[in-house]
Amino acid sequence: MSIILEMRGITKEFPGVKALDDVTLSVAEGEIHALVGENGAGKSTLMKVLSGVYPDGSFDGEIVYDGQPRGFRSIRDSEDIGIIIIHQELALIPLLSVAENIFLGNERAAKGIIDWRETHDRAAELLARVGLDENPETILDDLGLGKQQLVEIAKALSKNVRLLILDEPTSSLNEDDSAKLLDLLMDFRDKGLTSILISHKLNEVSKVADTITVLRDGATVARMNCADGVDENDIVRNMVGRALEDRYPPKGDARPGDIAMEVRNWSVHHPLHPERRVVDDVSFHVRKGEVLGIAGLMGAGRTELAMSLFGRSYGRDISGYVAINGASADLSTVRRAINAGLAYATEDRKTYGLVLDDTIRRNVPMADLPAIARNGIVDRNREAEVASEYRKKLAIKSSSIEQATVNLSGGNQQKVVLSKWLFADPEILILDEPTRGIDVGAKYEIYTVIRDLAAQGKAIVVISSELPELLGVTDRLYVMNEGRFVGEMPTGEASQEKIMSMIVKSGEVA
Amino acid sequence: MTDTTTQTTGRGESPQKSGWQFLKGHLREYGILIALVVIMAFFQVATGGILLKPVNLTNLILQNSYIVIMAVGMLLVIVCGHIDLSVGSVLGFIGALAAVMIVNWEIPWLIAAILCLAAGAAIGAAQGFWVAYFRIPSFIVTLAGMLVFKGLTLWLLAGQSVGPFPPEFRLISSGFVPDIFGGENLNLLSLFAGVAVAALLLWLAIRTRARQVAAGAEAEPFAFFAGRNLLIFGALVYMSWLMADFRGLPNVFIVMALLIAIYSFLTSRTTFGRRIYAIGGNEKAASLSGINSQRLTFLTFANMGMLAALAGLVFAARLNTATPKAGVAFELDVIAAVFIGGASMSGGVGTVVGAVVGAFIMGVMNNGMSILGIGIDWQQVIKGLVLLAAVIFDVLNKQKG
Repeated sequence: MSIILEMRGITKEFPGVKALDDVTLSVAEGEIHALVGENGAGKSTLMKVLSGVYPDGSFDGEIVYDGQPRGFRSIRDSEDIGIIIIHQELALIPLLSVAENIFLGNERAAKGIIDWRETHDRAAELLARVGLDENPETILDDLGLGKQQLVEIAKALSKNVRLLILDEPTSSLNEDDSAKLLDLLMDFRDKGLTSILISHKLNEVSKVADTITVLRDGATVARMNCADGVDENDIVRNMVGRALEDRYPPKGDARPGDIAMEVRNWSVHHPLHPERRVVDDVSFHVRKGEVLGIAGLMGAGRTELAMSLFGRSYGRDISGYVAINGASADLSTVRRAINAGLAYATEDRKTYGLVLDDTIRRNVPMADLPAIARNGIVDRNREAEVASEYRKKLAIKSSSIEQATVNLSGGNQQKVVLSKWLFADPEILILDEPTRGIDVGAKYEIYTVIRDLAAQGKAIVVISSELPELLGVTDRLYVMNEGRFVGEMPTGEASQEKIMSMIVKSGEVA
Repeated sequence: MTDTTTQTTGRGESPQKSGWQFLKGHLREYGILIALVVIMAFFQVATGGILLKPVNLTNLILQNSYIVIMAVGMLLVIVCGHIDLSVGSVLGFIGALAAVMIVNWEIPWLIAAILCLAAGAAIGAAQGFWVAYFRIPSFIVTLAGMLVFKGLTLWLLAGQSVGPFPPEFRLISSGFVPDIFGGENLNLLSLFAGVAVAALLLWLAIRTRARQVAAGAEAEPFAFFAGRNLLIFGALVYMSWLMADFRGLPNVFIVMALLIAIYSFLTSRTTFGRRIYAIGGNEKAASLSGINSQRLTFLTFANMGMLAALAGLVFAARLNTATPKAGVAFELDVIAAVFIGGASMSGGVGTVVGAVVGAFIMGVMNNGMSILGIGIDWQQVIKGLVLLAAVIFDVLNKQKG
């Protein structure tokens, strides 16, 4: 097989940091090449070098594509020869149609006047190639994330892509859509398209990749050929530079105590479509000192359940009964929910969790300002003490508590969100996708915090789409599908297969 | 690693940054103050010393009092992530309302003034209600308010000017605090008050710094601390001496000073202020942290309405008449002052003192250019460019940082 892309000796420096140090990447034509590494290992920087975001001359090293040395001055240059990158955050316009999105910046037009017929026909053709059965006139916003991802791929195909780069394409997709996307990639490979897949999900990587390049701290540390079979633990070892004996901290042998929170017959309707029941007659309980997991596919209603409990932050026509420590609890506003001992750390920390422009110092006490104030006047020394305490306790990596949270890595941002809720001192802590987009090392630290809290007698509810994580960190599991709880089991008796089959079977009955 | 430092200080590092680095990091905060000083110095020289003549300085303060009063309220609105375009119209409407009540209906001025403040708060509340609870964009709600109250002003005054006001009412704006010390050529009370406030501020600054140093928190280099505070101290003493040399402290000045002090404290030190900044920074995150963003947004608008009403009373008292033209385009000066003062269009950023300094930058330029005989046409052009320059400076500064 011929080599389509060869990056040699790529070194890229930012003031004070060597982001890439003599990196080598060699991609064969017609393969799926996985690029893995922890956050900050340099994957994105390498792809920015490749796609021309960092123009030729701003880095050292050589890019050979299609047998010729190349120097890109802009993204346009790399796109012109068929290198297309699809970013984690999709570059689509929500209120334009699918067809308009596909040809955005590349309109089917003559002398500036758009040929709508050709736009429509070509779009339909491209949608068929990615296996998306939708009208090209559909407004993008009406499609789910999985389908939007396919539109993004159709857009790439419209530009005559030869090397497709996908940055964490499945990070916001459910298992079903992820599987479809990966199948599509393999299908494209059979038709000769080369792709580079950046992913945190090692099971996906080991499923589809032909070759894996592992980056660590800005350097290439391994190139693994998957034809000989590849062990996920080997990949992890290369990524973190050490053998991760356990990806999860020990659970200890503490027995859960009394019931901390009990929810009965909880139903929630969609805020815009009141006839749709998003959460349907759900009952569950969580005990003190217990880590409870809620498994399910994306869209199963888990986030909606959590947010509707937490001060009715989601949905309408909410009905049901909640008791905390055996007594009926009023959770009708966020403030009351917090006062009742509940906390909810959101899955989307940038949008719902942090005031990004503010410092760590100002974010940490936000959920319980009165605790650092007297008569409504903030004690700034106390505030600094609190922020420093949590920065140390949760090992938040930052220059100081005065650093704006927007400049922190995902894992450290998540720790600030956790700090905020720990400071509010809840009895019941709901964590929604607590490790999304976080690297392996930081994940372990967050799991440790979760287990420590349980050991202190807090009740923890973990919502996660990653089944291994739920199996690794929880004591007991509920399985949710299409708004209902379809199963419950102690984690010791659970397995990925068992959970998935519960989900699938409940879907068949409905 | 950072951990060692953390342990020794217990509260984040306080690295001894060089003065230059510190200035770069805090360019914005000092920049606005430096800009005011430079602009004042420029006009002082260009006008041959007229700018800082006691009578002109007093005038400058009186002329800008209503802008400053509204800028304080606007700062809160903008930090909260909104805007209020109706303040100029509300100012005019309240002035008209006061004139009708006091002049036509002969209601005692104090009662009328209180009713006017309440009316202003109600107007602000009515607009805030739609913004906060129904999420109608504030730009549109207050644009509507601007038209509505401009129209109601005309209707209330029937297109005529109404006046004059009784002398007691006019004292709000043209009165001076009587000198209880009975100074002959110099208003001693004004001088003493100025020195006392300056000393108080200096003492507060020193105490805060001492606590910061004791707690190991990041403090500005001593030279900057000393320079900034001596400048403020000196300016206050000098200004109070100048004003003492004329007729003493205007009543409005006391009102302004109190408002600045109260709102400065409110925004920087109270949980209320902290929450406003959090809402402006990320409303969703604030709401999910148990902050009642709807009520606080509502309150900022009600507060803005009340301050616009206060400004309306001050303005009417100053002109001694209510005219249909009162307040036209004032909202633009107010909003410009807040943005010159470093607030961010997207909310979550800005300070009361910045907004006030911004208002005075506009005021000094108005005053200075008028003295120089520059026409209103070029005054507008220059003010517009200064606003643009201030915001460009802000944005570039942020991008570098």
